[in-house]
Amino acid sequence: MTFTAFDSWWWPYLFILIAGSLATDIWRFLGVYLGGRIRDDSEALVFVRALATALVAAVIGNLIVFPSGALAAAPLLLRLVSVLVGFAAYLRFGKLVIVGIMVAEAVLIGGLYLIGFEA
Amino acid sequence: MNAAASASPDTHSTRIRWFFRGVSAAVSIPGLILISAFVGFAGLAREAGITLPQAVFMTGLVWALPAKVVLIGAIMSGASLPAAALAVSLSSVRLTPMVVALMPELRSERGRPIVLYLLSHFVAVTSWVIAMEKVREVPREMRTSWYAGLGGSLVLGNMVVVALVYAVAGSLPPILSAALLLLTPIYFLTSLWGSAREAASHYAMIFGIVLGPVFHLFMPGGDLMAAGFIGGIGAYVLYRLRKGQGA
Repeated sequence: MTFTAFDSWWWPYLFILIAGSLATDIWRFLGVYLGGRIRDDSEALVFVRALATALVAAVIGNLIVFPSGALAAAPLLLRLVSVLVGFAAYLRFGKLVIVGIMVAEAVLIGGLYLIGFEA
Repeated sequence: MNAAASASPDTHSTRIRWFFRGVSAAVSIPGLILISAFVGFAGLAREAGITLPQAVFMTGLVWALPAKVVLIGAIMSGASLPAAALAVSLSSVRLTPMVVALMPELRSERGRPIVLYLLSHFVAVTSWVIAMEKVREVPREMRTSWYAGLGGSLVLGNMVVVALVYAVAGSLPPILSAALLLLTPIYFLTSLWGSAREAASHYAMIFGIVLGPVFHLFMPGGDLMAAGFIGGIGAYVLYRLRKGQGA
């Protein structure tokens, strides 16, 4: 039952609906239901946030080390350096997301230009 | 509790006015950064073999970007429906405390619960940050209309962004195409780091970002769950140990 398991046009939409929409909205609805009954700083929530963060971070790691498309053709070292320099700039200059994005992209584009990149 | 009073033309026009004030609140720096993240998402979805209508559908119905990126990650690694649903659920638990924090602000005496359930779909990092910052400037009775304008315009606007970027992504020169695909990881690396409440989340990021690719080599399909659980538990244990030492 993977995303590409069936040929029918509706299967991917059902997949997105169950694995995507239902899996996120259920937590939003639970939040409305609970109202003010849980504390934002409880230990259980610290643990849950750690799990969720590690999961998303794992995806980020995969997108950098095992990317798809044109980025896959860029050298791994350049990808790592772009992200690390962008992240360092983000930390150094007031933790602004936009700074991290601009610097990482500038390093990647500059590096690809220098090596005469053609995917 | 007078139904006629709440449906009077006067209240209606006031509601519409506050709806549009919500729409204009969406035009902001966080809103612009979100658009850049969706530009990246469109490129990612295309490379993952997701069609344009599917990518737009996903944007409207899932909405939270981390959940969509995990969903695409699961699709790319060939995960089954239950495994993908579990991974996406795990990445979205943090929506509950966000909604819990926002609901007391949106609630009013005459408001119906169903409206709050429907509006909760718009809760994701950006609309939540803007709402928590500005909702107190809105009269209580008008807050649901205002948030509908804010959340609704962010969702619809980004559905359009995804469709447009998806359509042109195929004709970009290779360098720009590569740059487009770097947007998602760098956006999340920085925005997640900034939104972390406690050191446990920072440890979790470091563990997860290293363990993800490592497990990808050894157990494709189950890599995200393994990295999430082992990284998350490891981060929490480290956080407790260091907290114990410091106290």
